[in-house]
Amino acid sequence: MNEITAPVKSFRIALLGNPNTGKTTLFNVLTGLNHRVGNYPGVTVEIKKGSFVHQSNTIEILDIPGTYSLAPRSPDELLSVELVLGLNPLEKVPDALLVIADASNLERNLYLATQAFETGLPVILALSMVDLANASGVKIDFKKLSEKLGIPVIAIHASKRKGLDELKNAIVSLQTEKRMPPVPVFSQDVISNRAKILGLLGDKGSLFLAGRLLFETDGFLAQQLEQKLSLSLTPAILESREALKSLGINLVSIEAKSRYAWIREMVQPCITKPESKLTGFTDRVDRILTHKVFGMFFFFLIMFSMFTALFVLAKPLMEWIGEGKSLVGQGLESVLPDGMLRSLLVDGLLEGVGGVVVFLPQIVILFGFLSVLEDCGYMARAAFLMDRVMAKCGLSGKSFIPLLSSVACAVPGVLATRVIEDKRDRLATILVAPLMSCSARLPVYVLFIGAFLTEGYGWWFPGLVLFLMYGIGFVTAPLAAMLFKSTILKGKGAPFLMELPVYKTPSFSVVFARIYEASLSFLKRAGTLIAATMVLIWAVLYFPYVSSTGENYPERIAATEIKAEQDALLLEWKKNSFLGRAGRSIEPSGQTPRLGLAHWCCYACQFPRKGSGGRNNEYCFWPW
Amino acid sequence: MPTLDQVPLGCKGIISSIKGEDATAQRLMEMGVIEGEPFELVASAPMGDPLEIKVQGYRLSIRKSEAARVFVQVS
Repeated sequence: MNEITAPVKSFRIALLGNPNTGKTTLFNVLTGLNHRVGNYPGVTVEIKKGSFVHQSNTIEILDIPGTYSLAPRSPDELLSVELVLGLNPLEKVPDALLVIADASNLERNLYLATQAFETGLPVILALSMVDLANASGVKIDFKKLSEKLGIPVIAIHASKRKGLDELKNAIVSLQTEKRMPPVPVFSQDVISNRAKILGLLGDKGSLFLAGRLLFETDGFLAQQLEQKLSLSLTPAILESREALKSLGINLVSIEAKSRYAWIREMVQPCITKPESKLTGFTDRVDRILTHKVFGMFFFFLIMFSMFTALFVLAKPLMEWIGEGKSLVGQGLESVLPDGMLRSLLVDGLLEGVGGVVVFLPQIVILFGFLSVLEDCGYMARAAFLMDRVMAKCGLSGKSFIPLLSSVACAVPGVLATRVIEDKRDRLATILVAPLMSCSARLPVYVLFIGAFLTEGYGWWFPGLVLFLMYGIGFVTAPLAAMLFKSTILKGKGAPFLMELPVYKTPSFSVVFARIYEASLSFLKRAGTLIAATMVLIWAVLYFPYVSSTGENYPERIAATEIKAEQDALLLEWKKNSFLGRAGRSIEPSGQTPRLGLAHWCCYACQFPRKGSGGRNNEYCFWPW
Repeated sequence: MPTLDQVPLGCKGIISSIKGEDATAQRLMEMGVIEGEPFELVASAPMGDPLEIKVQGYRLSIRKSEAARVFVQVS
């Protein structure tokens, strides 16, 4: 009798690694951009899931955010640990862990790997940047390291697709042959006390988790686990800690010291480093780029080029998109009869969504620059140079570029905050980014200054006002950040410790993947949330289209040929619409009709914009 | 004994201890700033903060407030 073969169960791995190891590149290359962002409540990190098929095996990968240590001190970091250990109810426990480590800085990178070794899961070690290590004279014996650790160790160069087949083979063969990693050695007293805590954790436990609870000084993980697993852990932990303290063991440093000592023992026989420390390429470049004077000069030069490109290169592209939008609008108007449907499509959806898509070139150019700067290693230097200034308003150097980008446009500025690891800093930066005057506000400033503040004032006055309008942003954004950081976002974040990675040539595939991702998420939002909001705003501006006296505005506009009459009717109609009425109720009497209406729209959007001849859309409705 | 924020630029030495028992102290150690490790103070940003040190064979940016907790032995 033929038995129906059960569908092959997919093999699940979690990808772990320090920041700047090429983890994202490996994930993208393995999954071929075939991935989606996982949704987990209460956290602000993006966790990507993807899959690939190798030798008819489906392998699912969970991309854990880059981290130096699996020691959770915030909900975001806790999620990473939960996913690795299978404690999150939304994900099954992974079948194996793939740890990527930077070969040019192996010891520090293996710190995370030693934690992965204690999870009780099989581990594969992928080594990136082997070429950089070789260039600095470091030679690694992979075979020996693999024998010493008892797990597969594979050198990869993801963007050049080197070592990928070997890596995939190793992952697939784990399904049949589980090669367990070694367990890093702690002193006997630590091991026995860790075992006591392990006993309390039951089937959810692992050596890693028990050790984590023992070594953790602030009690965050213990508190979270007690809540989630409804266990009582704290008394036993405190007892073990006291026992170890009485033996003269420093619990703050024991973990780091033991792990680094163990790593050295493992790695030393497998690695040869150059005797005399030559001054490397990075040292020579850093002498200029982090120099007090030249460093600032190059920083401003790079920023200036970036923003010039943003304005100059984006302009013709934006105009093309604008023209394309008008062409589609005209096409629709010639095909569809005048009426509600046409108004919805042209004035509502096309104007609104098109008005957002117009900013796509800016997103592409900004993310092109940012990802080149990040991938070559300069971004960390920029944050290093700017940290002191940003620290004054409670942020870190990493907030500088997102805020500066907001001068061009707040949307890519907000998207660029992803590089900020600290959640409070990231939120504060997102909150204040729209306070920076963006380029789209310039026409509004010019319009208002031209209308109200030119006649009767000196020639220098309009320019000064414009400068002050921008100045308001530069002053209020830091002040608001300071306010947020001292009130609702108060709290001690992680210390600002940042690796300054080795300089390298940016990889095209990395840059392309970042631009593609940023553009796609931008367009997705334009197509969903913004489209829906546009329909809503169109509706409150369209209805009611019959006045209380029984006049049908659309019909009357269609009936007349005189432009002035059409305009007058249109204005009356909009004033009579739901949104128009709401607008009038808050409008200061006087010379600015529609100001109140625009004001209401601004709750859905970010700024009013002098529209490009749309009928409903004298304002840019930008729900962000 | 001097702390890391008190030594001159270009200074090399050994880390001797880290003050405090909080998460910041632990994070410093996870990043390889542990007693007995050699270090080099490579650079400082404009206005003198943060500092750039070489430790465990890589470069680390550390603010003066954290550097003040790292006691060092200058060689």
